[in-house]
Amino acid sequence: MPELRFEAAEVRVESPDLDGERTILGATTLTLTEQRIGIIGSNGSGKSTLARMINGLITPTSGRVNVDGLDVARRGAEVRRRVGFTFTDPAAQLVMPTCVEDVELSLRRTVKDRVRRKQVALETLARFGLAERAEVSVHALSGGQRQLLALAGVLATEPDVLVTDEPTTLLDLRNTRMVGELLFSLPQQLVLVTHDLDLVRRCDRVLVVEDGQVCYDGEADAAVEHYVRTVSEP
Amino acid sequence: MTVGLYRAGDTVLHRLPVGVKLFGLAVLSVAIVAVRGPLLAAGFLALAVALALIGRLDLPSTARALRAVLVIAFVVALLQWWLFTFDRAVESLLDLVSLALLALTLTVTTPTTETLDAVVRWIRPLQRFGLDPERVALTIAMAIQALPGTLALAQETRDAARARGLGRSPRAYLTPFVIRVVARAHETGDALKARGLGD
Repeated sequence: MPELRFEAAEVRVESPDLDGERTILGATTLTLTEQRIGIIGSNGSGKSTLARMINGLITPTSGRVNVDGLDVARRGAEVRRRVGFTFTDPAAQLVMPTCVEDVELSLRRTVKDRVRRKQVALETLARFGLAERAEVSVHALSGGQRQLLALAGVLATEPDVLVTDEPTTLLDLRNTRMVGELLFSLPQQLVLVTHDLDLVRRCDRVLVVEDGQVCYDGEADAAVEHYVRTVSEP
Repeated sequence: MTVGLYRAGDTVLHRLPVGVKLFGLAVLSVAIVAVRGPLLAAGFLALAVALALIGRLDLPSTARALRAVLVIAFVVALLQWWLFTFDRAVESLLDLVSLALLALTLTVTTPTTETLDAVVRWIRPLQRFGLDPERVALTIAMAIQALPGTLALAQETRDAARARGLGRSPRAYLTPFVIRVVARAHETGDALKARGLGD
């Protein structure tokens, strides 16, 4: 599995309220090599910031983040070719009118021949159970289908790592299960940010983030127990 | 039917190369704007309707897609009637509907990816001047796709204002709408970056 290394990586932002800087994520040092990594924590705790640093969407104010030795701040384009990312609301991520065209967009860089590109896009949609929706408007899909399409668009380029930020938050139980099964069947390294404690229990390693700090890092059941205890404290 | 949504088919218009279609749209658009008189405007509308029929555009969904354009066209026509003449008003109304129908026919009979490929091919010679063809093509595709997305946001924001009993307050509708459009633009920017499309 790829090595995701955080070296004292810290994110601070200017805060007019505090008349200075606010720390979003305190200095974090970690090396992640497991196949399935979960990140849990309260809203606003810094877990999405941690995940976004892996793809270079957020670069550390100080310290470094490396993906297999590639510094995300300096070699962001190379890192993004290796690290796919999906968002909570897939609507923001789908930028083409139809399903097949959206997947084709992802493939433009790697598959130059138009006919071949469409074929690969259709094959990708079929793998995600969306073959019959290929020519349908992305606006006509259900929430679960949109999330599947967002995943298909990202995974079409076969990244080594998939970072997914609350992929099941907007979904009903049936779609949550469907997306969950898909995520845990992937051969890629998976970094899953979620509030779904059942889903995160399937991870090999779980980080608990609270108040901008990784406050627990370990085996899934123990991490969930720690998190539940933390939020239950008055 | 949504603006910008291709519908698979095997009509003459579907089979025409994208370059021919875009060139035809450009020529017709210039002619519609340049040629004056309500009779000729009616002729152009008849041509636009004929092309829509050839492209087998579905009538109810075409009417739905043109509804917003019709509202604007009527307002413009009324203004023209008030400021100038009745003939001018009729001409404006017919011209706007013809232009919208032609654009709709193009998007319904042409996959967006085909348009992207054509744009990339055409502007590749400008690469030596620092222009990135893929980025330009992506911008065009996003402009097309932004229309239905923004309309959906507008509808959601209007519903939210109504739910709070503020359906008649422009401020309760416009302020959150603008904020949501800007927020969506940021999210889309992040998503494009995450997909490596801006690199």
